[in-house]
Amino acid sequence: MVRYLRLLAVQFRASLQTSMQYRIDFLVQGAMSFFWMAWAVVPLLVVYGTRDRVAGWDFDQALVVMGWFLAMKGVLEGAVNPSLASVVEHIRKGTLDLVLLKPADAQFLVSTAKFAPWHVVDVAAGAGVIAWAFSRMGTAPGLARVSSALLLTLCAVAVLYSLWILVVSAAFFVVKVDNLSFLFLSIFDAARWPVSVFTGFWRFLFTVVVPLALMTTFPAEALLGRIRPLAVVAAVAGSLAFVASARVVWLRAIARYTSASS
Amino acid sequence: MRRTLRAAPTLLRVGFSEAVAYRVEFLVWLLSTNMPLVMLALWSAVARDGPVGRFTQADFAAYYLAALVVRLMTGAWVVWELNFEIRQGTLAFRMLRPVHPLVAYAAENVAAMPVRLAVSLPVALLALWILGGKHVTHDPLLLALFPVTVFSAWLITYLAMAAVGCLAFWFESATSLFDVWLGLFGIFSGYLVPLELYPRWVNDVSWFLPFRYMLAFPVELVTGGLTRSQALAQLGAQQAFVLLLLGVAAGMWRLGTRRFAAFGG
Repeated sequence: MVRYLRLLAVQFRASLQTSMQYRIDFLVQGAMSFFWMAWAVVPLLVVYGTRDRVAGWDFDQALVVMGWFLAMKGVLEGAVNPSLASVVEHIRKGTLDLVLLKPADAQFLVSTAKFAPWHVVDVAAGAGVIAWAFSRMGTAPGLARVSSALLLTLCAVAVLYSLWILVVSAAFFVVKVDNLSFLFLSIFDAARWPVSVFTGFWRFLFTVVVPLALMTTFPAEALLGRIRPLAVVAAVAGSLAFVASARVVWLRAIARYTSASS
Repeated sequence: MRRTLRAAPTLLRVGFSEAVAYRVEFLVWLLSTNMPLVMLALWSAVARDGPVGRFTQADFAAYYLAALVVRLMTGAWVVWELNFEIRQGTLAFRMLRPVHPLVAYAAENVAAMPVRLAVSLPVALLALWILGGKHVTHDPLLLALFPVTVFSAWLITYLAMAAVGCLAFWFESATSLFDVWLGLFGIFSGYLVPLELYPRWVNDVSWFLPFRYMLAFPVELVTGGLTRSQALAQLGAQQAFVLLLLGVAAGMWRLGTRRFAAFGG
């Protein structure tokens, strides 16, 4: 365990050093994340320009969901996406052998291979939006709400990561998954809206198949103090099941791996 | 010019077989154009208890399904291709061929259109079946103009992408700049939200930007939001943008290739 933590620190330091070489990227990232923040809020303003409440959410509450979406997107693009994009490259070129030979768990190694630290700006922007929403409402969430929101965020990150592992495992079978990740990003985009906006097929898709509800709506509800305790339990159990099945699929997939070079 | 015309059938055939060969990738790519459906779900929820502006739930459905069809038909990917080939130096091979590379890329894109049509036609038929003919223009002239406006919308998309892609001759990567373009497109083309629901100034500004003519114009035309004279005036503006962007893309290409030096190869 300690060994893996040390390994994580080493991998992270390497990424940090690489990204320090591109300091101008920090500014670009900052500017872009403000641009996207404004971009994300525009449709929200238009929608709430016509109505006070949509599907049981008023503007400030929807803003909390939006803040969560921005932060989760930062996590996705900063911590999950870069590593897993590089696995796909490894599989295609056959250089995954070099990773498999190392004396540590392959899934751990590939999923910590690369971070994009500048995306921390996105997370900060998301937190800013949430803080803005709460200052508009004139309240502050208590400790219990914050901790349950954090617990759900942890579940959300775990599910997000597991989904990516599943996508990457698909790379062992179909190789060209850059499209698949693009598809996932486009679906993830729907997480900016509270899930109760959707009905029928979409609701089913976004709560069970691709649990976007868990990623933004649930934590926001927890922070607003309107989540049912049963939903929290279901979310935790569901995300544990997701992580476990992703692990099984990964092990199956890696067992099928035959190097591309030899 | 004659040479290019003679090569055209072959180029189109190659492009078509590529689209068919990578059909799974192609399908996944098309599926990722799902934003109009998500926005449709959202606006349906908003309009459940009464219309928004002049939009009822059915109007929103017509608008976003038409937007989906236009978006599916006008897809292009030249900016990523150009960016990649300039950085890798493989552009050199393309430049050796006796066909202008921008024409060759365009042929690849055009050749994929029948496949795109095969996907978007069911969407259009579904929309007609659900909503009835009430939400489609009955003017035969406008219906005949619709394919023209969609093709011109594709031309604007393609040429703008080519122009932005040419920036890779000067900068390390042009794709982050293209993200900004996409962001502006989302708002000023009516892709996210119909333009008339924005505050008035957004609508006013959109007349002077190319984005409206890439999506909102064909969509409004086919859903019956425009009169003949409005449609013809906008068609004129659309063609002006096509010519303008053609000039910009060709100019950038000429300047860029002058300083292009391929490595490796």
